[in-house]
Amino acid sequence: MNVQELNKDFENRTRLGIMSSLMVNDWLSFKDLKELLNVTDGNLASHIKGLERKEYIEVKKEFIDRKPNTTYRVTQLGRMEFKKHIEILEKLIKGE
Amino acid sequence: MADKNIDDLKAIRSMMEQSSRFISLSGWSGVFAGIYALIAAGTAYMLFANSGTHYFETTNRTISIDLLNQLFAIGMITLVLALTTGILFSVRKSRKNNLQIWNHVTKKLLINLAVPLAMGGIFCFALFLNGSAVLIAPTTLIFYGLALLNAGKYTFPAITYLGYCQLVLGIIGLFFVGKGLLLWAIGFGVLHIIYGFYMQKKYQ
Repeated sequence: MNVQELNKDFENRTRLGIMSSLMVNDWLSFKDLKELLNVTDGNLASHIKGLERKEYIEVKKEFIDRKPNTTYRVTQLGRMEFKKHIEILEKLIKGE
Repeated sequence: MADKNIDDLKAIRSMMEQSSRFISLSGWSGVFAGIYALIAAGTAYMLFANSGTHYFETTNRTISIDLLNQLFAIGMITLVLALTTGILFSVRKSRKNNLQIWNHVTKKLLINLAVPLAMGGIFCFALFLNGSAVLIAPTTLIFYGLALLNAGKYTFPAITYLGYCQLVLGIIGLFFVGKGLLLWAIGFGVLHIIYGFYMQKKYQ
């Protein structure tokens, strides 16, 4: 059995939270994520940027009542990679 | 390292649950709602008796407008009490577990509950206007059951079973009219209490 490496992009707890929430929701706004994860704006923004750069999540910017509203969704690639990450975690715990 | 993996998996699971389901619903809300409903049903029974109608014996279903107003008031008071208690217990539970009570999931849950309930309210009002008031009790149970089925996606899945039970009760009621009070006592009373204790046991 070859040792599979855990994806370093998901090592951080905030990133884990962002990905987990997006896996089970269609679109979530910045505010939704902030409330769910209980983190600061700066912290959340930097981790979102990181995931976006890897194309694990996609961004939609629109205006609601002239106020900017940014929402996020997990991409096909992100969904695949995150599923893989969970599988490897499970394998490592079982000691395979 | 192995510990971190286990913690990570736990975090993933709890985040998926928290971000898609309202998990601050407390079983005690159900128990209290049930108790209020039983007290209300008892009070309604007494009001019938006082107005000279013995609920389970008579086939005469014409009731005075005064009695109708009183029954409506009891229903509303019970609803407000049940909702208030439900909100209080949910706030308490979310504080205890350090969770946000008001987020996008709460909104979805409330919308999914409110739309069928509002339609049910209008439907019942139409029944009343058209002289079919006898169908109101089973109809409330049916719309309540549908609302619960609809909300099941956004909270504990067990709530859908409560929804199915209310639906069955409501459908039976449609064909055995005139047993509205008994239906309400079972549906809003007994079933809520059973559901509440079940939830309390399972999730605490």
